[in-house]
Amino acid sequence: MLTMVKEKTIAPTEEKAVVYRTKELNLWYGEHHALKNIELDIYENEVTAIIGPSGCGKSTYIKTLNRMIELVPNVRTSGEITYRGRNIFDPTYRVEELRTQVGMVFQKPNPFPKSIYENVAYGPRIHGIRDKKILDEIVEKSLRGAAIWDEVKDRLHENAYGLSGGQQQRLCIARCLAIEPDVILMDEPTSALDPISTLKVEELIEELKKNYSIIIVTHNMQQAARISDRTAFFLNGEVVEFAETDQLFSTPADKRTEDYITGRFG
Amino acid sequence: MEKIMPKLLLLTAAVSMFTTLGIVFTLLFETFTFFSRVSIVEFLTAKEWLPWNEKSGSFGIAPLVTGTLLTTAIAMLVAIPVGLASAIYLSEYATERTRKIIKPILEVLAGIPTIVYGFFALTFVTPLLQKIIPGLEVFNALSPGLVMGIMIIPMVASLSEDAMSSVPNAIREGALGLGSTKLETAVKIVLPAAASGVIASFVLAISRAIGETMIVAVAGGSSPVLTFDVTQSIQTMTAYIVQVTTGDAGYGTTIYYSIYAVGMTLFVFTLAMNLLAQYISRRFREEY
Ligand SMILES: Nc1ncnc2c1ncn2[C@@H]1O[C@H](COP(=O)(O)OP(=O)(O)OP(=O)(O)O)[C@@H](O)[C@H]1O
Ligand SMILES: [Mg+2]
Repeated sequence: MLTMVKEKTIAPTEEKAVVYRTKELNLWYGEHHALKNIELDIYENEVTAIIGPSGCGKSTYIKTLNRMIELVPNVRTSGEITYRGRNIFDPTYRVEELRTQVGMVFQKPNPFPKSIYENVAYGPRIHGIRDKKILDEIVEKSLRGAAIWDEVKDRLHENAYGLSGGQQQRLCIARCLAIEPDVILMDEPTSALDPISTLKVEELIEELKKNYSIIIVTHNMQQAARISDRTAFFLNGEVVEFAETDQLFSTPADKRTEDYITGRFG
Repeated sequence: MEKIMPKLLLLTAAVSMFTTLGIVFTLLFETFTFFSRVSIVEFLTAKEWLPWNEKSGSFGIAPLVTGTLLTTAIAMLVAIPVGLASAIYLSEYATERTRKIIKPILEVLAGIPTIVYGFFALTFVTPLLQKIIPGLEVFNALSPGLVMGIMIIPMVASLSEDAMSSVPNAIREGALGLGSTKLETAVKIVLPAAASGVIASFVLAISRAIGETMIVAVAGGSSPVLTFDVTQSIQTMTAYIVQVTTGDAGYGTTIYYSIYAVGMTLFVFTLAMNLLAQYISRRFREEY
């Protein structure tokens, strides 16, 4: 069933590079089987949306992609995730290296209790950049990239907690851009934001897609339909359907997908 | 009952407040008596503390202050790094289980009577140190300073750990998500975020060391000399007060009044430290 869907969707985009390939991924929280035989490919310079009802494993899955999930005690995985051809569970793969390639934006904005400037400069600093001029450049470029430069350029040295929620979230995106990642993971990045901030972040994602591969978890189906190229529908820890967004929303192959997107459950 | 309870509680609060006021008042009153006999200029500037000499006595507080600061400094050199490292370990690395085992142990350590630490310094640490440092006197600043530091470790560790643990996990995840190691996250993100609580714990530790009595009275000696040599016998302000109150200085003598002046000085030091700690935690309080 699953492979059938995959063959159908992968065929026309064969030329696109695969960033992440997930094969037979299983994950347990203690005894609780939270992810079951996940098979999913993430393509370069695309926005991949992950949708599904609460508790179906969306957060668990994207936190597995940068191994953030390992912070939870008693988590066990089996199967394989390759990032650019390399198995991320390989013991020789340093998790810090992976997380430098794969940035993450969280559901609730979580800036550091530091100045706006220091928030953005933190990443480059820990990766060894000391030169003040280079840091200044990175900070400006990242803030511009996150479409927040004009709002904060006169208050770079003020505490980040003085910003509004939407600004904080864009600052967190800037902080993530500053480490020049390849992939950006976003777990419901707009669920704590008002509609105008949400719109700004969505426009931003549209823009970022040119240079980054983005994986976004969202509860908002209109959002998924608006901004993503491909959508995966999760249910009870399984991928029910994974297809191009237009196709998934217009002609879902699975009855359960159809029920979910038409609001019949979930 | 509902009406009486608040009044009863107010009464108990009032009792402790008035007791404190009473103590401060007595301290002030007797200090004034002392300064009617010995000039405050001599007290603050003279370099010798020779109260036992009736005729040519000298009441310069400096040697007692240096004795106190010397032992306090040694104690802090032990308590701050070790306490802070333990706090980082407990809050950032230890599993829930380890933390549940170690925290009560720290509390037990904090509950050991200080006289026990005093004898530990005199009968165990000093002889041990004498093997390493040949010139070390039986009474010295080093040994009680070190032991006092050990005594204060749990306090620094526990208060700093509280401050670090209250930093939200979301902030740690933000840092780890950018590829920082656990250590970088602990030192560059969590510690600065908890700075006010951590620094306040240092200041309270200093205050505790300045006021500590039994360890220095037992192992520090009773020779008020103006020195920064840690191998020599010294005397702290607290140890002087013990010496006088356990000796036979008669009521009304200058020596009798001198303990109030020394006590007042001690009080000013610890009060300043406590106010500083409060100021730091208020001024730099983090809001997440
Ligand atoms: N730390 C944890 N320990 C144990 N079980 C967990 C933990 N985190 C999540 N789970 C369980 O794993 C399953 C998937 O959770 P997950 O957070 O991935 O869901 P989600 O799809 O992100 O839901 P939501 O839309 O509500 O964010 C749920 O049944 C949840 O109860
Ligand atoms: Mg979630």
